[in-house]
Amino acid sequence: MTTTAPLADVAGSDAALRAFLHGLPGVDQVGAEQRAATLATRSIKTTAKAWALDLAVRMVDLTTLEGADTPGKVRALCAKARRPDPADPGCPPVAAVCVYPSLVATAAAELAGSGIHVASVATAFPSGQAPLEAKLADTTAAVADGADEIDMVINRGAFLTGRYRHVYEEIAAIRQACGSAHLKVILETGELATYDNVRRASWLAMLAGADFIKTSTGKVQPAATMPVTLVMLEAARDFHAASGRRVGVKAAGGIRAAKDAIRYLVMVNETAGEAWLSPDHFRFGASTLLNDLLMQRTRLATGHYSGPDYFTLD
Amino acid sequence: MPEQTTRLAVRKTYKLFIGGRFPRSESGRTYLVHDTNVALASRKDIRDAVVAARAAAPAWSGATAYHRGQILYRAAEMLEGRRDEFIALECGADDVDAAVDRWVWYAGWSDKVAQVYGNANPVAGPYFNLTAPEPTGVVGVVAPDDSPLLGLVSVVAPAIVTGNTVVVLAAENAPLPAVTLAEVLATSDVPGGVVNILTGRVTETGGWLASHADVNALDLTGVTDPALAAALEQTAAQTLTRVRRPPGLPVDWHADPGVGRMTWLLETKTVWHPKGV
Repeated sequence: MTTTAPLADVAGSDAALRAFLHGLPGVDQVGAEQRAATLATRSIKTTAKAWALDLAVRMVDLTTLEGADTPGKVRALCAKARRPDPADPGCPPVAAVCVYPSLVATAAAELAGSGIHVASVATAFPSGQAPLEAKLADTTAAVADGADEIDMVINRGAFLTGRYRHVYEEIAAIRQACGSAHLKVILETGELATYDNVRRASWLAMLAGADFIKTSTGKVQPAATMPVTLVMLEAARDFHAASGRRVGVKAAGGIRAAKDAIRYLVMVNETAGEAWLSPDHFRFGASTLLNDLLMQRTRLATGHYSGPDYFTLD
Repeated sequence: MPEQTTRLAVRKTYKLFIGGRFPRSESGRTYLVHDTNVALASRKDIRDAVVAARAAAPAWSGATAYHRGQILYRAAEMLEGRRDEFIALECGADDVDAAVDRWVWYAGWSDKVAQVYGNANPVAGPYFNLTAPEPTGVVGVVAPDDSPLLGLVSVVAPAIVTGNTVVVLAAENAPLPAVTLAEVLATSDVPGGVVNILTGRVTETGGWLASHADVNALDLTGVTDPALAAALEQTAAQTLTRVRRPPGLPVDWHADPGVGRMTWLLETKTVWHPKGV
């Protein structure tokens, strides 16, 4: 970090915030992509793989964000979250179930006492294009229904036009509305165009009080990529060094294979450090990933290849 | 200009056939058959082939029987076109001709097998009761050693004509006709992944195919060692895989094959539908 200003002051005014965010070192695009590609070539051997697969299962935010979601579908998803592999009681539960606000009550009732978090997207997900009042109401309703994690989207329109203070205040207001619930801030990196913007948005969200920074909504392509997550992990690491607060990172969208998940875990370990290798500080937002993780677990446990017929469709 | 020297022929590298492509073995190994290097398939090649076969299954089983038939007829044309090449691989002209005829014969069954083995069952109620044959899914096949082309065609064609997709372990000691058949299929209209052909040792790869939970049926025709056949059958039973045991006596591949190789891979679905009088 080049700046020595105490972080408390950087968001004091629009000018100070802009100066701080634009004072962040630029991301070496080629370097970041090569670093991510190199980390993806790491070979993980059997015992470590078994551990990594279980960890990845524990990091999954099992997600359903469709217009056609019903209470029945959410209940089925919650059953899967509690016991992902019905054939193996040793399989750990996932970290959270992520649903739309209107289904939070259903999920909260299903997951009561299980230790699995109830996450809800809020703030006019996925576009974030709504008045602040509506976003706050969205958030408080979800929290009141029992969500203990809120996934909000940043106002990309404001961010991309340089109105950083506006974005900051919005995140801070939602943070307030969340109360004791954790706040995950979705940067929607697919719309931020450059890695420099990803780094700035990451810092902005962390300064404003995010507990997690999350790559994407899953509704925009490209969603999570390794270089983008690398930049965010670096930001989380640097933020921790500067402020002492450990912010988590959530990679969401497009991670479908267990192999990819393990690559991400390698990157987390090598970039942010071992402290981030826990469901409290790294998550996967995914739905199809879980089945592949389960198939690979079964393959390691039984010694034969498993098939999708043995796991639930979702 | 220097004097033209004797031209060196391009030597063919015999590779695997997975998902419509010709990859080398994942392990990079080969084995020698009649002074030719042939890819030696490994566990991971089995894995890739089953993934390819599963991916191809919905479109292939969902295609109309007429369409499947047309594709198989086209494959027979290409097979005929390579007649000399197969004869050069010591398949025997008789066997090659019989293999083409066998292929055409099975192709003809594509739009007839459901008519013959499906049924409208009379029931004591105001319902139509229909029996509809459906493909089993992904079929693992161990091809016979004693007839590398005709035997191979006789086990592969009935499986795919009924809408299944196959992962074939080619005859260990005579794999070249199998790889050439793969070239025939790759240059005809058979979609990639419907037929996957692996060369190598059944003792090494057979277990992985038998234990794979995403394989629905296993044809052990080419397994000559009774102990291995029993072991593979036991392994397959763990995932409820349907198994066809090796024939007890040597098979006359030129004889009328009958319909058994098609019907054992058909699952019957019974449908009740109100008559709505």
